Amino acid sequence: MGAAYLLVLLFAAIAFSAGGILVAKLLVKGSKNAQKAEAYECGIPTEGTPWNQFNVGYYLFALLFLIFDVELIFMYPWAVVVKQVGIAALVEIIIFIFILFIGFLYAHKKGALKWI
Amino acid sequence: MLSLETITNNINNWLNNHVSSTWATIIEMLIVGLLVIGLFAMLGLILVLMERKVSAFMQIRVGPNRVGFKGSLQTLADTLKLVLKEGLTPKGADKFLFNLAPYVVMCAAMLILAPIAFAKNFQIWDINIGVLYISAISSISVIGILMAGWASNNKYSLLGAMRSGAQIVSYELSAGFSVLCIVILTGSLQISDIINAQQNGWFIFKGHIPAIISFIIFIIAVTAETNRAPFDLAEAESELTAGFHTEYSGMKFALFFLAEYVNIFVVCAIGAILFFGGWMPLHIGNWQGFNQVMDYIPSSLWFILKVFGLIFLIMWFRWTFPRLRVDQLLNLEWKYLLPLSLVNLLLMTVVAIMGWHF
Repeated sequence: MGAAYLLVLLFAAIAFSAGGILVAKLLVKGSKNAQKAEAYECGIPTEGTPWNQFNVGYYLFALLFLIFDVELIFMYPWAVVVKQVGIAALVEIIIFIFILFIGFLYAHKKGALKWI
Repeated sequence: MLSLETITNNINNWLNNHVSSTWATIIEMLIVGLLVIGLFAMLGLILVLMERKVSAFMQIRVGPNRVGFKGSLQTLADTLKLVLKEGLTPKGADKFLFNLAPYVVMCAAMLILAPIAFAKNFQIWDINIGVLYISAISSISVIGILMAGWASNNKYSLLGAMRSGAQIVSYELSAGFSVLCIVILTGSLQISDIINAQQNGWFIFKGHIPAIISFIIFIIAVTAETNRAPFDLAEAESELTAGFHTEYSGMKFALFFLAEYVNIFVVCAIGAILFFGGWMPLHIGNWQGFNQVMDYIPSSLWFILKVFGLIFLIMWFRWTFPRLRVDQLLNLEWKYLLPLSLVNLLLMTVVAIMGWHF
């Protein structure tokens, strides 16, 4: 019945979450205490900030994901028509996957898939 | 026969006869919104109880049995407790993102319900790119999780969120490729087309070996995508306390928890639609008598049975497999599942072009 229902769903989600949080806020009488606002760790005061340098491995995997995700998006329209087009589509997609797979093998050889 | 389809049609006709068409549309939208919220609340209540009962069954114990009949009101009591808890914001947190994250996760969980067919002709929006829409929306929740982990100003949270991001993003590829196998068979991205194509047998039977392989890949990938054990590194209790929602408490924690369970329901519904025919009853080729007997069981019941069967399977995984290490997790995806799903895709293409499926 149309895209208007997406707005309905979005609004329902926001209303549900906001309603829950609001009701909780109205019902609860919290107590003020500086200790409560400390980060949940091990008991002694937190050392340093979590917002500093991070393992590069996560970014490498994110970059690799980008390559294959774009490949996946290209394949959706292909998958819809492949039955009608037939063998030609199959040959084309094999070439497409082959080229990307060389890139994947290169990343593998450079050690991008090894977790440090 | 009374079915969800006739009920919706009757309501639609009644509204159009009694009020002007604009008001009818507005009232219908209101009903849809309330129904979806009700579905969310019910899913939360049922799935949490089911998880606890199934885990009790797996470990040969009783499980919750004090509140209500055989513990049926246990989740309601837990929800009440969570509502009455204070929602804390940690010192030094990014307040805006910290409060925004539960909304993002909830919106993603809610929006994904739009193209799912719950029964025959009972669907919120039969969009013509349904499968693509689902895979697009399902990747939004990663943003919410990363937001929550980043904004918490807690090392456990950030580590959990990064792990979760890497994991969801990686396994999305395999899930996407196994979905593509079914798209190749159907030649359409629309959910109703995919279900109608399974009129004479579900795809897991019709699609030959590639369909079975892609179902196995799909179920592994969605278990990882919903952060369930054995892939629950993002919230590995023994090392990261609670992962990305360590700092969340009260109602905001409850929203993350609920979104997680709704996501399990949604991925199982997609699995049921793609491989087991959604609401389509068990039909075997052209056995007219058998098919007609099966048609007597309502389509909504078929859908619910299949979805909860798959949910049981995923819960079963949790209690039978040990947790993976993060390098094992990424190896499994990038070195085994991804090449396998690419080869499987080509195999499926050959099967579809040659017409070797039934």
